Amino acid sequence: MTRTLDIRNLCLRLPDTARPVLDGVDLHIAAGETVALVGESGSGKSLTARTVLRLLPKGAETEGAVEVAGENVLALDPQQLRALRTGRVAMIFQDPRAAINPLRRVGDFLTESVRLTGAMSEPDATRRAAELLTAVGLDASVLRRHPGQLSGGMLQRVMIAAALMGDPVLLLADEPTTALDVTSQAEVVALIGELKERFDTGLLFVTHDLGLAAAISDRVYVMYAGRIVETGPAATLFTDPRHPYTLALLAATPRLAAPGGRLAAIDGQPPDLRHELTGCSFAPRCRFATQLCTTQAPEPHSAPGAPGHLAACHHSDRLEESAADA
Amino acid sequence: MSFARFAVRRLLEMAATLLGASFVIFGAMYLAPGDPASFLLSGRSASPAALAEINTQYHLQDPFFVRYFRWLGQVLHGDFGRSIEYRTGVSKLLADRLPSTLLLVAMALVLVVVVGLALGWIGAVRGGATDSTILVATTVAVGTPSFVAAILLQGLFSVRLGWFPTSGTGQGFGDMIRHLILPAIALALYLIGMLARVTRAAMLEQLDSEHVAVARSRGVPERQVIWRHVFRNACGTVLTTGGLIVSTLIICTVLVESAFSIGGIGQLLELATTTKDFPTVQAISLFIVGLFMTVNLIIDLLFPLVDPTVTLGARRSTA
Repeated sequence: MTRTLDIRNLCLRLPDTARPVLDGVDLHIAAGETVALVGESGSGKSLTARTVLRLLPKGAETEGAVEVAGENVLALDPQQLRALRTGRVAMIFQDPRAAINPLRRVGDFLTESVRLTGAMSEPDATRRAAELLTAVGLDASVLRRHPGQLSGGMLQRVMIAAALMGDPVLLLADEPTTALDVTSQAEVVALIGELKERFDTGLLFVTHDLGLAAAISDRVYVMYAGRIVETGPAATLFTDPRHPYTLALLAATPRLAAPGGRLAAIDGQPPDLRHELTGCSFAPRCRFATQLCTTQAPEPHSAPGAPGHLAACHHSDRLEESAADA
Repeated sequence: MSFARFAVRRLLEMAATLLGASFVIFGAMYLAPGDPASFLLSGRSASPAALAEINTQYHLQDPFFVRYFRWLGQVLHGDFGRSIEYRTGVSKLLADRLPSTLLLVAMALVLVVVVGLALGWIGAVRGGATDSTILVATTVAVGTPSFVAAILLQGLFSVRLGWFPTSGTGQGFGDMIRHLILPAIALALYLIGMLARVTRAAMLEQLDSEHVAVARSRGVPERQVIWRHVFRNACGTVLTTGGLIVSTLIICTVLVESAFSIGGIGQLLELATTTKDFPTVQAISLFIVGLFMTVNLIIDLLFPLVDPTVTLGARRSTA
């Protein structure tokens, strides 16, 4: 069966940088699957999601393949690309207040994509917009309002409804809760999960929130400095991390269960794009690093007995021992 | 605030401002050096009897406020007095010259809006060498005063090429348009440059914004992205310059009408000022103030249509 999304060895270079911003990214999503992509700011997780819609920065050069339902996005002509963007793939953006034109009515925003490309007639588009507004828990009267008259949480619901307009097979959610207050966050996450089931779409959930990733997804990819460093089922990846970066991220996550303790910040800085990388990108910040790590980049390899749990680390075994000690 | 309430409030404000302006305009005559009677005689010596007669005719011996309110009362009845220079009613003088000035300003305004918006749009959307060329051209346009443009245009298109008349207003509508083309270009040049730059900057800002990237990510065709999201959102900024554009046009008619010998309000203002024709200067000044305020009122009323996030009265006039 064809995968909903299949990214193979994706490299993306920007002008005036010494190393690729995305460096050999492999990521796939099966039909109806929910996949989380986690990493800190600048790791390339948003860029990976944007590449699926070919929303690339100026001067970007790509290598590798990004296939949506068997079709290579990077090779589409402009008309096919437009068809992909109106239909099969839709993105939910981080800040709905910035993502929706404040001067146009909500109804216009919801319907413009399918209307202007001729995918739907105006009455059909309006009818579907009204249905989807109900599906995201808003009243159809919102169609006639301006974005300024809605709260951030309501606007993100509008954004979600807009993403569903073209009946997509894949939803890309780029930190959809970061700009919202805590109560709206929980509601929006629950809503995305529910609608994903109802409309039977794949979901790529980009977030820096590990807890959220564990809660919503089937599988998780952890990204660092443009590379996938670890991937595995959500259930085991966080309980049994096999990459030191994942371990460090977990240690740096605040916990309600043990308040008052100092957070374990990760020492050092992520690597600079102006310098070339030799060896493992995380080596300078890693407490397990050896001579080998600074000279040879580790290839992803699976854990014994868990073929779906891959880590790109020379010392995954030592990590398991150390976790067992602790 | 309701539209009606806003309109009424602004009309009252306008009346108050006009009243204040009328006081300043009338009083300015007395701040000018020398006394009005000697201006009226324009340096000629007169017998005491003649001087006394002038004083009586123009009520110059009355206290300042008495004369001001008498003048104001006449103005409110549409009577701006008699021109000292032309020996006719100022109202008739203005009415005769208004059509050519209004036509000139209208032609220049069309040029400014069409060419200015188009250049700004093309520069922002195309970028690259096209943008650089437009940027250089608009910089030159903004740096060229209208009277310099007038002389250059006359020299090239009237004297050398003989395509257009050098001066005058012409007879009949078609001939009038032909006479006013060069003056309209001279008048519009600076403002074309300014509007093109404002439009370009506003559109570039929108092109960079997240909602435009989102519209593209949803497959909205590029033309529609530019029209519905980039230009549409830049309109507010562009409209804000409307007051400035219209006031600059009116002020610059003084220079351009003189350069092309067009018998309009601008030329009349210039002549009336040099001959110290006070009633005429006062009437034209008051007319220009009224026009500015009307234009700004119209822009304020239009603004909420262009930008629904702005409510009536929240934006203050900028020009």
